[in-house]
Amino acid sequence: MSFLDLKNITKIYPNGTKAVHETSLSIDEGEFMVFVGPSGCGKSTLLRMVAGLEEITEGEITLDGNLINEVDPSERDIAMVFQNYALYPHMNVYNNLAYGLKNRGIDKQAIEQKVNDAAKLLQISDYLQRKPSMLSGGQRQRVAMGRAIVRNPKIFLFDEPLSNLDAKLRIQMRLEIKKLQQKVGVTSIFVTHDQTEAMTLADKLAVINNGVIEQLSTPIEIYNNPKSLFVAGFIGSPQMNFMEGELKNKTLSAEGFEIKNVKSDYNGEVTLGIRPEHLSQSDNGLINLTVDLVEQLGSDNLVYGQLKDKKDFCYRCPGNLTIKKGSKLSLNIDNDNYFIFDKSSGKRVN
Amino acid sequence: MKIKPLQISAHIILILGVLLMVVPIWISFASSTHDTVTILTEGMKFNIGEHLSRNYNEVLNEKGGWSEEVTAAKMFINSFIMALGIATLKVIISAMSAYALVYYRFKLAVPIFWLIFITLLVPLEVRIFPTYKIVSDLGLTNSYTGLILPLVASATATFFFRQFYRTIPDELLESAKLDGANSWRFFVDFLIPLSKTMIAAMFIFMFVYGYSQYLWPLIMTTSEKYWTVVMGMKIIFTESYEGVALPRTAERFAYIILSMIPPVLVVVILQKWFIKGLIQTEK
Ligand SMILES: Nc1ncnc2c1ncn2[C@@H]1O[C@H](COP(=O)(O)OP(=O)(O)OP(=O)(O)O)[C@@H](O)[C@H]1O
Ligand SMILES: [Mg+2]
Repeated sequence: MSFLDLKNITKIYPNGTKAVHETSLSIDEGEFMVFVGPSGCGKSTLLRMVAGLEEITEGEITLDGNLINEVDPSERDIAMVFQNYALYPHMNVYNNLAYGLKNRGIDKQAIEQKVNDAAKLLQISDYLQRKPSMLSGGQRQRVAMGRAIVRNPKIFLFDEPLSNLDAKLRIQMRLEIKKLQQKVGVTSIFVTHDQTEAMTLADKLAVINNGVIEQLSTPIEIYNNPKSLFVAGFIGSPQMNFMEGELKNKTLSAEGFEIKNVKSDYNGEVTLGIRPEHLSQSDNGLINLTVDLVEQLGSDNLVYGQLKDKKDFCYRCPGNLTIKKGSKLSLNIDNDNYFIFDKSSGKRVN
Repeated sequence: MKIKPLQISAHIILILGVLLMVVPIWISFASSTHDTVTILTEGMKFNIGEHLSRNYNEVLNEKGGWSEEVTAAKMFINSFIMALGIATLKVIISAMSAYALVYYRFKLAVPIFWLIFITLLVPLEVRIFPTYKIVSDLGLTNSYTGLILPLVASATATFFFRQFYRTIPDELLESAKLDGANSWRFFVDFLIPLSKTMIAAMFIFMFVYGYSQYLWPLIMTTSEKYWTVVMGMKIIFTESYEGVALPRTAERFAYIILSMIPPVLVVVILQKWFIKGLIQTEK
């Protein structure tokens, strides 16, 4: 049995919204799990059920061997970092960190020790006497983290904690969170709708759509081997290119080209997916692209253009290639790096 | 710095306002330092007279009332106890009931709130006979409990606390819960400190409300030991002259000045909190 187990969890809100459908999932001790998915897919709901802030309609949650469905949040020994931090506005930073410890009846000296250690780890020692309103966004973020760490809880929950920060700070805090989690070694669940954040942070990634986990695996496995059209489209930046086509006797025919010897016995209408980075230019390529726009990122160029049937398409090439607007490119798919999905169900078929 | 005409006119208006407030008080004070005969013959005074210490001494120590049992000092103490009790209990009770209404999401919370709100339409003066009946059945006439108890529920304060609690984000409660706070701790450690300006303001209003009660103490006290300042204002310091009760005007002015002191003290003391809360913007 693993550390945190969710068994057939369903959540129906009092107004009838079904936010989570029969979801099962297990997390090992020390693992960093990320829930990723579009807005409204039920990530926060799932997280809040683990925290005990939302009632569980059906199913069981066990933490460290104990069923916690009916355990009050204050007794669960779980720490959570909220999107807007929810710092205690009337307490200074020191008391923000110390409050949870005081409630647990820990003696004063031990509290001081723990708070100072956590403050040092997060580099907030200088602000301990300040009120949260006198801190910058990044500092508040650290205090919120400190409040979670200082109690040494069984599990950390993060609900989009970085979304209020500017882009640069977000990347910096992302790194810090990862480092911190590795140092402290606490089991964590992190909710985000940003796929880059998800990919970089996760040991395990759960891609959620419409209250269902579409795929649960390591980030790299999900990237290399998406199980459904939704996952393929959601993970990866820029987004995977999709084309309509038909698969018959191991031959895929799409608008303007064919792929032979496809490793699939499926016959019928399909969607073909190709990542922009899995393409290269060649003389007699399968795909002909008319370039509309080139984004130069320095290391890479993102080339946007149209196929014969006016479909938008993206190709990512090394930054040292110069590509002009309006030029025509002929592209090949690298090493059979393409994905085929059943058009109606969205399931992967190759 | 140049002084603009607009600033001058603004100051003139403000000064007029201040005068409007201060002059009557000054007249009262000045008049309280003369003797009654001077005032009755010459009218109210703007200058300080010679009888300041004598008048105030008399007011504080002379026994008054029908049976000469009560002094003004005693009445000040009574009023102070009554106002303090009313204000304290009103604040505590309304803060707690607002807490229940906002944070315990039971179905009847909204109807109950409106029920509380409707009591604004029935002030004590309207329900004074049933209230008197209950208090006297409980044997509470002529007691501080009887003076205070019927006045401790406050729809206004409950309303203000409720509106304030509703602006506090849910995450704060959730975060506190995860930090191991139960409902009581959340009330004490969060809602009370966050609403301390509100508490100070409510306390001031309710203190003045309690201090200026007239009808209720008049009806429920038969013993002069429980007389309050406002009642006393009408009754004490009269002099019999040819069978007619004449007021001792100078002493009465002194009495009025003294009666202003307790509420002013409360305002002055609590104002520090009040302003501190306004300056520190705590979200
Ligand atoms: N208290 C509630 N009552 C009713 N429906 C709710 C409630 N909270 C959330 N929902 C609904 O449940 C679904 C899932 O919501 P949830 O907050 O879990 O989404 P999310 O994945 O966290 O989205 P976001 O990325 O925007 O935060 C949504 O359709 C939402 O409208
Ligand atoms: Mg959310």
